Amino acid sequence: MPETWDRVAADDRAADPRTAEAELLAEAGEHGTAATEALTGRLAGTAGSGASGTVAAPTRRHGAAPAAAPHGVSITGRSTRVGDRVFKGLAAGSGGLLLVVMAAIAVFLIWKALPAFSGNSGNLITTQAWRPQSSPPFFGIAAILFGTVVSALIAMLVGVPVAIGIALFIAHYARRRMATVLGGIVDLLAAVPSLVFGMWGLYFLVPNTRGFQSWLSEYWGWLPFLKNTTATSTAQYGQSLLMAGIVLAIMIVPTVSAVTREVFLQVPGETMDAAWALGATKWEMVRTAVLPFGRAGMISAAMLGLGRALGETIAVALVLNSGFVINPHLTEPGGDTFASTIALKFGEASGSPKGIPALVFAGLCLFVITLLVNSAARMIIARRREFTA
Amino acid sequence: MAKQIDVENLNVYYGDFLAVQDASVNIAPLTVTAFIGPSGCGKSTFLRTLNRMHEVIPGGRVTGKVLLDGEDLYGSDVDPVNVRRTVGMVFQKANPFPTMSIYDNVIAGYKIAGTRKSKNDFDDIVERSLRGANLWEEVKQRLNRPGAGLSGGQQQRLCIARAIAVEPQVLLMDEPCSALDPISTLAIEDLIAELKASYTIVIVTHNMQQAARVSDRTAFFNLAGVGQPGRLVEYDETSKIFSNPSQKATEDYISGRFG
Ligand SMILES: Nc1ncnc2c1ncn2[C@@H]1O[C@H](COP(=O)(O)OP(=O)(O)O)[C@@H](O)[C@H]1O
Ligand SMILES: [Mg+2]
Repeated sequence: MPETWDRVAADDRAADPRTAEAELLAEAGEHGTAATEALTGRLAGTAGSGASGTVAAPTRRHGAAPAAAPHGVSITGRSTRVGDRVFKGLAAGSGGLLLVVMAAIAVFLIWKALPAFSGNSGNLITTQAWRPQSSPPFFGIAAILFGTVVSALIAMLVGVPVAIGIALFIAHYARRRMATVLGGIVDLLAAVPSLVFGMWGLYFLVPNTRGFQSWLSEYWGWLPFLKNTTATSTAQYGQSLLMAGIVLAIMIVPTVSAVTREVFLQVPGETMDAAWALGATKWEMVRTAVLPFGRAGMISAAMLGLGRALGETIAVALVLNSGFVINPHLTEPGGDTFASTIALKFGEASGSPKGIPALVFAGLCLFVITLLVNSAARMIIARRREFTA
Repeated sequence: MAKQIDVENLNVYYGDFLAVQDASVNIAPLTVTAFIGPSGCGKSTFLRTLNRMHEVIPGGRVTGKVLLDGEDLYGSDVDPVNVRRTVGMVFQKANPFPTMSIYDNVIAGYKIAGTRKSKNDFDDIVERSLRGANLWEEVKQRLNRPGAGLSGGQQQRLCIARAIAVEPQVLLMDEPCSALDPISTLAIEDLIAELKASYTIVIVTHNMQQAARVSDRTAFFNLAGVGQPGRLVEYDETSKIFSNPSQKATEDYISGRFG
């Protein structure tokens, strides 16, 4: 049938109705990106609240609804507008409320901390001691700041890579059954209260890792921060900043892992196919398609973990052996964090005029640190926003 | 050098499900071959066996032979990774890496393989590949912008540039125009005609006019019935398939579409 052939050859491309439908399809595909962005935003938001950080209030987008409905609009149209207005009011109200609460916390902290700025015979920032109840009062946050930053840093350095490894394994390496079981365990661990981690750390981990700490000091002691200069026997190792950091690391692993796993599972199949088709091995595929896609999510998850590590009170208070000195030898016992100090010193604080203000000042410092860290993370995420799908 | 593809008695499975049964085709170098047929008859499945992408899907396996210039792609000492570097692929939905710039998308194949090259060499590759995909003039001012920011047709040409950047010997395309507007479709069809000078091309298309326009030979796939595996019904010169097919099923399919 040569006639058919002619028609095929002469066919006008523009007349093909399939392309219009296909265009719609393509457009629908593009909206997948919005979903990812929403997820990332949500994660960032959670990270913020975990660290008592910032969560931006939704901005007003639309002007007020028109006063009169146009002709021909039925009753249902009107009721929808009421719903819209109620919802908008609720959303804006919640956002506003959040801001108010944030401001109230900041004002409260500053107000109650003010007395700590006077009558201190030490320097509020540089003094390594915490005796606000002595006369004259003598206290400063130097050692506490050091302990907080170092223990959180250890937790991040140890915990985040492990968490990302577990998440990658669950999302892209394990077989389905294994992935389900492991995922369930991770979710379960994420829900364990920190008190339990603290007790486990104090009564199990610390006593059973004395040998490990002594080994670190002996063979890795050329790194000054791993050297223990005071211990003469293994029994003298124990409640060090290093162990606190490790307990914190174990504590944040499930949280960080659960969040990054969800992000890794969101990687579009066609993006992974693109890597496969270019001749990627499994690891090259992960490196090219999965990790870059999950970048913002990984940062948000890490922030969530950092928030937990910075603010963790009871686990650190149990594991650490207070001392209020900056000790760069992290395997030696001793160390304090803002949160643990507030918890441990609260009982004796009310008896003296500077006791409570000093602790509130510690709380203010913690508040500012988490705020700074979260803002920094948000800036890092925003810098490559247009490249995050 | 473009290569000859010979498929012998290929059965393609998803787990226990036989998706394509006993297909054999011989594809000459530097030709365009079109796969047509109704949805679900196994065109994509069959295409993906030609660069071992089928195995990426859990349970995906084949029996039979796919010879590339006489060498069995499924031989025991063949690494699928190397096969995929030799046989490039363009997908139905344009899939530039969303986290990469236009520039990085084009050289992604080299980055994945860990090939080190000077900035100049990469610049040359990017320009050559984008020119090859008829995209250079449109994007040369914004190579560092995200690849995902281009229009659908541009994204698909970016994917073609990415595929040809690593100089494969065969180029597989799975309905590359199905999500594109007529102008972009035209651009890609023109591009296929140009690429034919350097590559052996296999293209799946839902659009029979397109098959007629771009291909030298056409393979018609069909389902014998519901739940039955897809089969290669007829494989011949494109002009013959569309003017005088030897199989009743082919004629029905083609005339059904054209009334
Ligand atoms: N990932 C998969 N797992 C299992 N079956 C699949 C998968 N992809 C496709 N199939 C099946 O294989 C058959 C052929 O599909 P496909 O190759 O996509 O058809 P076509 O591209 O011709 O529309 C269909 O029956 C489809 O349901
Ligand atoms: Mg298909």
